[in-house]
Amino acid sequence: MTELPQLTDRKLGLVIDLDTCVGCHACVISCKGWNTENYGAPLSDQDAYGANPSGTFLNRVHSFEVQPDAGAAQLIHFPKSCLHCEDAPCVTVCPTGASYKRAEDGIVLVNEDACIGCGLCAWACPYGARELDQAAGVMKKCTLCVDRIYNENLPEEDRVPSCVRTCPAGARHFGDLGDDTSEVSKLVAERGGMDLMPEMGTKPVNKYLPPRPKDELASDIDVLAPFLKPVAEEPKGFMGWLDKALDKLPGGAK
Amino acid sequence: MTFQQPELDTSPKVSDEIRKTTCYMCACRCGINVHMKTDENGEKQVAYIEGNRDHPVNKGVLCAKGSAGIMQVNAPSRLRAPLKRVGPRGSGEFEEISWDEALDIAVGWLKPIRETNPEKLAFFTGRDQSQSFTGFWAQNFGTPNFAAHGGFCSVNMAAGGIYTMGGAFWEFGQPDWDHTKLFMLFGVAEDHDSNPIKMGIGKIKARGARVIGVNPIRSGYNAVADDWVGITPGTDGLFILALVHVLMKAGKIDLDYLSRYTNAPVLVDASDGPNKGLFLRDADGKPLVKDRNTGELTAFDKPGVRPDLSATHEVDGVTHRPVFHMMADRYLADEYAPEAVADRCGISAKRIRTIAAEIARVAFDEAFELDQEWTDFRGEKHAKMIGRPVSFHSMRGVSAHANGFQTCRALHVLQILLGTVEVPGGFRFKPPYPKPPEAHPKPHGKVTCNGPLDGPHLGFVHGPEDLMLKDDGSPIRIDKAFTWENPMSSHGLMHMVISNAHAGNPYKIDTLFMYMANMSWNSSMNTRGVIDMLTDKDESGEYKIPKIIYSDAYSSEMVAYADLILPDTTYLERHDCISLLDRPICEADAAADAIRWPVIEPDRDVRGFQSTLVHLANRLGMPGFVNEDGSAKYQDYADYIVNHERKPGVGPLAGFRGTDGSKAGRGEVNPDQLDRYIENGGFFVSHIPDEASYYKPWNMAYQNWAVEMGLCDAPTPYLFQLYSEPLRKFQLAAEGHGERQPPEHLRARIKETLDPMPIWYDTDQTGNEGFTVNALTQRPMAMYHSWGTQNAWLRQLHGRNPLYVPTKLMREKGLSDGDWAKVSSPHGSITVPVMEMAALNENTVWTWNAIGKRKGAWALEHDAPEATKGFLLNHLIHELLPPKGDGLRWANSDPVTGQAAWFDLKVKIEKAAAPADLAESQPELPPIKSPVGTGPKDLTWKVGK
Repeated sequence: MTELPQLTDRKLGLVIDLDTCVGCHACVISCKGWNTENYGAPLSDQDAYGANPSGTFLNRVHSFEVQPDAGAAQLIHFPKSCLHCEDAPCVTVCPTGASYKRAEDGIVLVNEDACIGCGLCAWACPYGARELDQAAGVMKKCTLCVDRIYNENLPEEDRVPSCVRTCPAGARHFGDLGDDTSEVSKLVAERGGMDLMPEMGTKPVNKYLPPRPKDELASDIDVLAPFLKPVAEEPKGFMGWLDKALDKLPGGAK
Repeated sequence: MTFQQPELDTSPKVSDEIRKTTCYMCACRCGINVHMKTDENGEKQVAYIEGNRDHPVNKGVLCAKGSAGIMQVNAPSRLRAPLKRVGPRGSGEFEEISWDEALDIAVGWLKPIRETNPEKLAFFTGRDQSQSFTGFWAQNFGTPNFAAHGGFCSVNMAAGGIYTMGGAFWEFGQPDWDHTKLFMLFGVAEDHDSNPIKMGIGKIKARGARVIGVNPIRSGYNAVADDWVGITPGTDGLFILALVHVLMKAGKIDLDYLSRYTNAPVLVDASDGPNKGLFLRDADGKPLVKDRNTGELTAFDKPGVRPDLSATHEVDGVTHRPVFHMMADRYLADEYAPEAVADRCGISAKRIRTIAAEIARVAFDEAFELDQEWTDFRGEKHAKMIGRPVSFHSMRGVSAHANGFQTCRALHVLQILLGTVEVPGGFRFKPPYPKPPEAHPKPHGKVTCNGPLDGPHLGFVHGPEDLMLKDDGSPIRIDKAFTWENPMSSHGLMHMVISNAHAGNPYKIDTLFMYMANMSWNSSMNTRGVIDMLTDKDESGEYKIPKIIYSDAYSSEMVAYADLILPDTTYLERHDCISLLDRPICEADAAADAIRWPVIEPDRDVRGFQSTLVHLANRLGMPGFVNEDGSAKYQDYADYIVNHERKPGVGPLAGFRGTDGSKAGRGEVNPDQLDRYIENGGFFVSHIPDEASYYKPWNMAYQNWAVEMGLCDAPTPYLFQLYSEPLRKFQLAAEGHGERQPPEHLRARIKETLDPMPIWYDTDQTGNEGFTVNALTQRPMAMYHSWGTQNAWLRQLHGRNPLYVPTKLMREKGLSDGDWAKVSSPHGSITVPVMEMAALNENTVWTWNAIGKRKGAWALEHDAPEATKGFLLNHLIHELLPPKGDGLRWANSDPVTGQAAWFDLKVKIEKAAAPADLAESQPELPPIKSPVGTGPKDLTWKVGK
C-alpha cells in the first residue's frame, strides 16, 4: 500500500469543455504521439494492421447519445483520461509504491521501474483511466505531460500538456485547480464545472464543463416574432414599403 | 511511513532538430513542427509532430490525422519502387522495375499519343494540391482531358459561389470568427475544412455566440451546435428560400448594400427576343441601373450614382424591371412560405420562422460599426465599416445533390440579401478571392498534335459559345464537361471518365493516367461496375481501356488496376508548393502560401509525383518544360517551383521573390527562395492593409493591394450576381435563341434548372419507387480527406463503419445493434452491420465513408475489420440514373455543373441476419495480391532512447 501526500502544493489538472468538444480525437492522438516518444516505455500497439488492433492510449474520447425528455436527441463527446484524484485509489492500492501522487503538484504518476504490472491500480480506478501496456508490461496513464509542463527545453507557451496544446476547438484547459484565482478555477466557477462520478469519493482534480442547454431557440418565438412582422401583406404593398425604405437610406430623401 | 517520490527529469531534451513543413494528412494544409531525433545509426528520424504556432492556418493546433503523420511515414502500405503489371488487371501481380524502365514505358505510350492524337490521353488527378502544375503539364502535353476531383466532390459549392459572388466557402473564404454572433452551418459533416472550423467554433462559443447546425446527422460540429435542424436531405435549398421569403417579407434585408454592391438594381431586358432576360447595357457593355437621384439610366459604376432598387424603365411600351423586382415576385410568393415547405424539409413552419427571426435579430439589432475609413469603387468615401454579425458555412452536404448548384446559389443569395458578405461579422473572402467569374479563364479544348492545348482546361463559361463542343456538336472532353448535359462543369467530371472511356463515348482513349484517385474503390460510384470496366476486354482480347498509368504513395485498391505504377513519396519526403495560383492557404486578413520539403529522404525507390511529371515532360520534349535546344528547363519539381514564371515576376510562390528575396507577390526569381521559406517555417504571409480588410470586391485599397501582390493585373471591382446572366444565356438557347442549340431532349431540363435566380426542385426520383430512405456518408474528423485510413493509430479510432439507423427505423424493421441488414437501392444491394442512432433525421441512414477496404489493399491483413465488416455505400450508387423508358440514360449528376449526386441516394432496408449468422459484409470481393505484403504485428515505436 502506497501513501498519498497529506496535501499537495498545487492541484494541476485539466478542465474539459463538453460544450465545445467536437469529438475529433486530436487530443487522443497528440497524447499518443508525445507519450510514445517521451515519458517511460512507448505506447505500443498490438495487431496494428490486423483483425483486432489494440494499443495503449492515455486519453480516449467516448461519445454518448442523450435523449432529453422533450426534443431531439443529442450527442455528447466525452474525452477521458486520468483525473489526478486527490483521494486516488489507484495509488493507495499499489503494492510496490510505483503509483504515486506528487506532493508538489498533485500529478498521479507511475514509476515504471517499480511497476510489476499487477494491474491492481487499473482495477481500483473507477474511471478506467489506466491501461497496461502489453509490450512493456507496465501500467500507463496520463502524466499530465509532466515532461512538458516544466520543460525548459520548450518555449514557455508550450509548457502545457500535449492534448491542451493541440485541441483545435480550445475545449481543453490546463492549470492549478487548487488556486481559486487561476483561469481554470474561474472557468469552473463560471460554467458550473463538475466532478466525474463524485459519489466515488475520489475527489478528482480534473473538471468537466457541462454542455449548454440546446435547441432553445424555439422557446424564444414570442420574443422573436416582432422581427418578422411583414412590411405589407400584399406584394404591391411591398413595393410601396420599398420606396419609402429607400428614401430613408442615408442620402435618400429627395 | 512517508513515501519517497522518485527523482524525475522534468526537462528532458525534446528533440535534436525541428523541421517545419506543411501537413498533408488531409486537405487543410496546416503548418507542422516535425521533431527529429537521431537514431542509433546516426540518422535523423521523425519523432513527434505538432502544430506550428506561427502558421496562419492552424496557429499551433493539430488534428488527430496531423499528429498521426508519423504512422503514415512508416506505414507498411508505402509503395517501394515502380511496378509493371505482370498478371491480369486486378490480380495485383506486379514486378518491381527501375525508374528508367518505368519512364521508358510511359514515354513509349505517351509519345505516339502526343504526336497523333493528344485527346487519347485522359489525365485526371484526385487528391491533388498542385493543380496549377498538373494542369500546366496536361496543357503542354496537349490533351483536352484533364481535371482533378472537384467534379465528384464539391464543384456545386465552388461554382455556385463564384458565379454568384466571386468565391465560395473554405478555400475561398471564412466567417469573421472574431465578430460573428450567429454562425449557421449547412451540410457540413465533420469536414471541409478541418482545424479552422473547429478553432472558429471554439472561439465563437467562448464568446457565447450561437451556432445553428443544419444537417440530417447530429455528429461533429452539429453535435456542439446550440440548435440542430435535422433537415431532410436534398431540401436545403427549399429551407433557405423559405428563410429568404420570410426575411424579405419582413423587410429584414439590407437595401443599402443591395443597391450598392449587387445587381439587384440592374435592369433586365423584358422585350421578347434573343435578349430577353439579359441585362440592359450601355455602349461599353456596362449593366445599367436607374439613378435614384436623377431618374436617369446610368452605368452601374458611375461615380455618385445611387442605383435604384425600385424604379423601372419603360421603352416602346415595354417595362424593363430591376432584378430586385423579379426577386420580390418570386420569393414573396406563397410557394416559399414556411407552411408550404415545412413537410418536405422536415422542419416545422414555426421553427423556420424562429430561425429567420433570430437571423433578422442578429443581423440588424446587433449590427455594429468599425471605425475604419474606406473608399469604394465609385470613389465614395465611407467613414465606417458596418458589421452584420451573421455568418454561414456550407459544404458537401448541400453540394452533392442534383439540385446542389441552385441550393448553393440560394445560400449565397440569402447572405447577400442580409448584407453579410465581406462585412464585419459576416463572411470574408481570402485572397486571391474575391474574383468574379469573368476574371477566371474560360475552358479550352483546341487540340494540336505535338503542341500545347490552346489554354487552361478548366474555367468558367459565360454562355453556349464557351462550351467544349466539336464542330459536329459532340463533346471535346472525355468526361463531357462543358456540354449541354452540364454546361457549367468548372471542375470537370472525374466520376464519368472511366465509364465514358469504357463505352468509347464520346470517343475511345488509349491511356488513362491518374494520380491519387481510388477509382476502383471508394472514389467511384458503382464500384463493382467500375472494376468490371477497368478489366473489360474487347473482341480482340485487348482491354477496352488499353493502358492505365497510376501514381500513388500507398498500396490502395486502385494500384491493382493499373499497368504501370509510378510510386509517389509520403508528404514528409517531398517538395510541394501550396500556391496562390492554385488552392492557397490564405486567411481573410492575409495572402499566404507554403511549401513542403523533404524533412526525411525516402528509404524506398520512389519519387514525388510532380517530379516524375517533370521527368516525363523532359523526355517527351514538352513545351513549357524544355528549351528550344531540347534541354530541360527544370530538373525536378523543386526546380520548377522556384524558377517557373506564369507571367513575368509571378511564379508558384509569392514570398521571398526578387534577387535578394525582399519582394512579395511580384518579383524576379530568387534561387534561394525555398531556403527562405524553410527559414520562415515553411510558409509566407503578407498582410492586407486595415482599410482593405472588408468590402474587398468594392474596396479600392484591397483592389490595389491585389494588383501589387500579382493576384490580378488591374483592379476588378464587380457586383454580386443575385441574377446570373450566364445561366439565362443557356436558358435562351434552350428557348431556341442563338446558333448553338442544345439537343431536343435537354431543352426542357435546361429551361427549368438553369434558372438565373435560385430555385429549388426535387431531384429525379424515377425508379425510386419503394426506396424511401435517404442514405448518406460522411468521413470522421480523424479521417476527413485522409489518404491514411490504414494508419495504425487512426484505424483504432475508426476501424469499423456500421450503418447508423434512426431509432424509428430500427423499431420498424425489428433491428438490434450488430444485426445484419440488407440495404438496397434501384442499382444494387449490400448487407451490412447496423447500429442505432437517435440524433439522426428519422428517415435517413448513414455510414462513415472509405473505412471499408478490399482484402489485400493498404497492407492490412485479410481479417482486418475494414475488410470483413467494412463496406461502401458506393455499390448502391450508379453514375447513371435508372432508365426512364425514353431510351436515354441520364447522369446521376447536377444538370448545371455535373457534380456527382452522391447524396440523392434512396434505399430500403430490411433485416438480413443476426450478428452471428453472417461473417462478412456483402458483397464480398475476392482479395487482391498485395505488392507490399502486410505490416508488422506489433508496434513499439520510439526513435529516441
